[in-house]
Amino acid sequence: MTLAPETTDLKIQLRLGDDWFTVCDLNVLLPGRGVAALLPDGRQAAVFRDRGGRLYAVDNRDPFGGAAVLSRGLTGSHQGRPFVASPLLKQRFDLETGQCLDDETVRITAYEVRTA
Amino acid sequence: MTATPEATEATPTIVLVGHGMVGQRFLEALAERGLTATHRVVVLCEEPRPAYDRVALTSYFSGKTPEDLSMTDMEFIEKHGIELYVGDPAEAVDRAAKKVTARSGQVFDYDILVLATGSFPFVPPVPNKDAKGCFVYRTIEDLLAIEEYAKTRTTGAVVGGGLLGLEAAGALKGLGLTSHIVEFAPRLMPVQVDEGGGAALLRTIQDMGLSVHTGVGTQEIVVDEDGAVTGMKLSDGSELATDLVVFSAGVRPRDQLARACGLTVGERGGITVDEQCRTVSDPAVFAIGECALAADGRVYGLVAPGYEQAETAAATIASDEAAFLGADLSTKLKLLGVDVASFGDAHGATEGCLDVVYSDSRAGLYKKLVIGHDGTLLGGILVGDAEAYGTLKAFTGSVPPVSPESLVLPAGAGESAQLGPTALPDDAIICSCNNVRKGTIRGAVTEHQCTTVPEVKKCTKAGTTCGSCVKVLGQLVTAELEASGVEVDKGLCGCFSQTREELYEIVLALRINTYQDLLDRYGRDGAKGGDGCEVCKPAVGSIIASLAPTIGVSGYVLEGEQASLQDSNDHFLANLQKNGSYSVVPRIPGGEITPEGLIVIGEIARDFGLYTKITGGQRIDMFGARVEQLPLIWTRLVDAGFESGHAYGKALRTVKSCVGQTWCRYGVQDSVRMAIDLELRYRGLRSPHKLKSAVSGCARECAEAQSKDFGVIATSNGWNLYVGGNGGATPRHADLLAQDLSDAELIKLIDRFLMFYIRTADRLERTSTWLERIPGGLDHVRDVVVDDSLGICEELESLMAAHVAHYADEWATTINDPEKLARFVSFVNAPDTPDPVVGFVPERGQIKPDLPLLSIGMRTPDNPADVLEGSAQR
Ligand code: SRM
Ligand SMILES: Cc1cc2nc3c(=O)[nH]c(=O)nc-3n(C[C@H](O)[C@H](O)[C@H](O)COP(=O)(O)OP(=O)(O)OC[C@H]3O[C@@H](n4cnc5c(N)ncnc54)[C@H](O)[C@@H]3O)c2cc1C
Ligand code: SF4
Ligand code: FES
Repeated sequence: MTLAPETTDLKIQLRLGDDWFTVCDLNVLLPGRGVAALLPDGRQAAVFRDRGGRLYAVDNRDPFGGAAVLSRGLTGSHQGRPFVASPLLKQRFDLETGQCLDDETVRITAYEVRTA
Repeated sequence: MTATPEATEATPTIVLVGHGMVGQRFLEALAERGLTATHRVVVLCEEPRPAYDRVALTSYFSGKTPEDLSMTDMEFIEKHGIELYVGDPAEAVDRAAKKVTARSGQVFDYDILVLATGSFPFVPPVPNKDAKGCFVYRTIEDLLAIEEYAKTRTTGAVVGGGLLGLEAAGALKGLGLTSHIVEFAPRLMPVQVDEGGGAALLRTIQDMGLSVHTGVGTQEIVVDEDGAVTGMKLSDGSELATDLVVFSAGVRPRDQLARACGLTVGERGGITVDEQCRTVSDPAVFAIGECALAADGRVYGLVAPGYEQAETAAATIASDEAAFLGADLSTKLKLLGVDVASFGDAHGATEGCLDVVYSDSRAGLYKKLVIGHDGTLLGGILVGDAEAYGTLKAFTGSVPPVSPESLVLPAGAGESAQLGPTALPDDAIICSCNNVRKGTIRGAVTEHQCTTVPEVKKCTKAGTTCGSCVKVLGQLVTAELEASGVEVDKGLCGCFSQTREELYEIVLALRINTYQDLLDRYGRDGAKGGDGCEVCKPAVGSIIASLAPTIGVSGYVLEGEQASLQDSNDHFLANLQKNGSYSVVPRIPGGEITPEGLIVIGEIARDFGLYTKITGGQRIDMFGARVEQLPLIWTRLVDAGFESGHAYGKALRTVKSCVGQTWCRYGVQDSVRMAIDLELRYRGLRSPHKLKSAVSGCARECAEAQSKDFGVIATSNGWNLYVGGNGGATPRHADLLAQDLSDAELIKLIDRFLMFYIRTADRLERTSTWLERIPGGLDHVRDVVVDDSLGICEELESLMAAHVAHYADEWATTINDPEKLARFVSFVNAPDTPDPVVGFVPERGQIKPDLPLLSIGMRTPDNPADVLEGSAQR
């Protein structure tokens, strides 16, 4: 994969409490797809990059089935809002807020993300 | 054969004699009017099976089973407490005592007797007419007998070139016989078409390899010393050699029972009834269907008038007002693949009428409209192209809004006008089989909230008999939905207003080879420049993959942008399971595998601790692989010569086989070899939905080819190709597309069929639903892929050739690409740490997912605080 030089050294970081936790190099993320990251306390995050280069991170567990697979879902945008669709039963989650778009009582954790 | 007997003294009894198409409709009409609740209903059925679709009889030879043809829902019979005696005809009626005696000896008292005994085929009194090898064409039993006899014969002749005669001749041809038609009249279908139409028909039918002898009568059946048919003597002095004769010289009403009990019958047969379908001799006796001589002096040999009579009789019994005054004799047929339609005053019998004729005998086209002096459309005949039948028939009796000439000219010949069914008045009859008017169909949409053709069919019964009106039905439903403000957005999803088919055409024509380009140029306004969605990304990804070599992109689905479009399973080239692990399915073409191959699979499964199962697709599935194990497993599989089985893809899955000629004592072709050839040819082909196939070595069909998207059955002359089969939730038997194909012809036809499907189907539409949805259905598909009516076959073939030439195993490509392999990790920041949620427990000596692991830490309704990670209530 070839990338513009200015992005190659950038790292993706998630905000965990007051700290920023480094996940991986920015260039590992394929626009439109996610990766899974293991957090220090054993939780998992799904990290995504969209076509415009924006980054998102939400909990990796599918709250309906329990499997840790949201990072493998397809992403898209719905009325301008980014979402990921679970590969298990296709429920969609807003990537900025973690809100489930198909069941208003369900919301998953969304993390703040930055590059550094 | 349900018996809910014990008619109490108080319950009046209706006895129905004859359980044919009309008899069954009569029972439905009784039930609809609540009469089954207030009456004891007894049905005497002569045939060994309850009512079936006689109109569709010939489809038995294209793969429909007697069960498929059945019109009798036993649940209906039971629910309404109807006593149905199958195989037990009525033998005598005592009208004075109001009793019917059945062959079994049972005697039934009746208050009302309904005769629906249909017709019998007329066999001209020629010498040896009952010889071995002489048949008629009326019942399923007749067909079974013809089929059996034809197995060991080579030539067949049909006496009679009318509607049924042509159908029978087509069936004989389909059975592999050299077929002749002998017609006494100077042209074919003398009742329905005129001279010009007969000539167009003759030409086309001769072109199909049937021999037609018109203007000659049959004088004698010639037999050998065993009394079996060897030929027939014709009135012109010639002799025609044939092994089998089917008489199809018209039908006669079955009125013997009525005659015997003194009911009035017509001079030329038929039980005389009044406008309420009551016999003129006895108010307690009704006659309906083909056995009745209606009040207008006619005996109707079509099912639609019979249905109307059944409704009339039921209404009269319920003391409602109804009358049968006569019916239209319009017919539309697809005879041996030729459209033939006649409607209204087809022969121009009305005084002062004029003809408008268009004829092109080279193309086998003949269209005639009969116009009254005031411009009223009175009737017409269409041969070769009956597209306009539905609309024209509905306009019959009124002055069409455009000139009649423009209605018969072929498209492209200047004036041709498309008369939409929306222009029809509400009382125009759309479905003549079931007498459904346009207003009723509109009402189904506006008042009964039907939004699809199947719903409207169910609601109104329109389109459920001969099917010739379904096309117009579809147009009406769409028009009505649009008119009632329901926006019929046919777009693929929120991002594209085009259908999948339209997007395919755009991609192919403009060679657009990225999703982003397509979205930015052709997306809906709000979606352009965005990220698309989970619906259109894989759909466009699939289009790009199907066309890859032609539009100049890599055929590898994980290359570049394509990787981001694939459904989750395709992205990991494996099937995701409920706990986040994957299953692995190597391709085992045709289900054939060496002992060595089995050992390798066994060893891999053992070494990785995978659960193994034989699938329903004749191959082996290994479950429980962690995402990071996939490359290791596949490296070993690829080394051993296995490749991806695409169990995860909307692509070719399996081509199942039966053992075939090589081993099986019945096999007539090498089905295993053909299955392997097909599987290897179409492997990796991305399509709107998964594709399945099977090849059986003989008609016993052990590979279940008729349940597949494309199924192949061996014959002693080659291969029969069936398409549009489906298992799953809505099973469908495949339809016969073509017969007795050579290897090369078979492959060519499948190439075209698959590419035409890929081109025109909707997203996630199996071939079965596609075939039922597209206008013209199977006939249209046959026109396109067999007769090349759109002139696209060459293109379809070359698209497939490009696919075949560029195929490469995607797992072999992946394990040789370190950058792609880097994606197969549990965690991007801890690639060697297994996902703790994926765990297994033992069961029957293998593993299964540890499901409790999945719920640990998840939100439970009563304990929202038990949150180990992420999920929280708003
Ligand atoms: C493994 C297998 C069951 C088995 O243990 O035997 C299976 C397993 C699944 N089938 Fe199947 N089907 C399997 C043979 C069949 C068959 C039998 C056949 O192919 O002869 C059918 C009926 C035939 C047909 O498709 O017409 C079948 C009809 C379905 C359907 C219904 C399709 C339909 O048109 O109604 C689905 C759902 C769908 O595709 O939308 C489905 C979907 C699935 C999925 C993909 C469901 C899912 O999303 O998880 C399962 C994937 C399992 C996996 O991860 O590997 N499976 N499935 C079989 C794999 C065959 C193979 O070797 O590839
Ligand atoms: C090959 C073929 C193709 C056709 N195609 C078309 C078409 O395209 N369009 C169209 O409109 N029509 C078509 N027809 C005609 C259509 O099938 C008939 O009009 C329709 O079946 C008539 O229904 P019916 O109930 O009156 O008679 P039938 O369906 O013949 O039923 C009468 C039943 O009564 C039974 N019976 C007779 N006597 C007794 C007795 N004493 N006791 C008990 N039972 C008895 C018979 O065994 C039979 O089962 C076709 C017919 C055939 C054979
Ligand atoms: S429902 Fe059917 S397809 Fe789905 S897993 Fe069960 S058996 Fe397989
Ligand atoms: S006209 Fe035959 S089903 Fe409608």
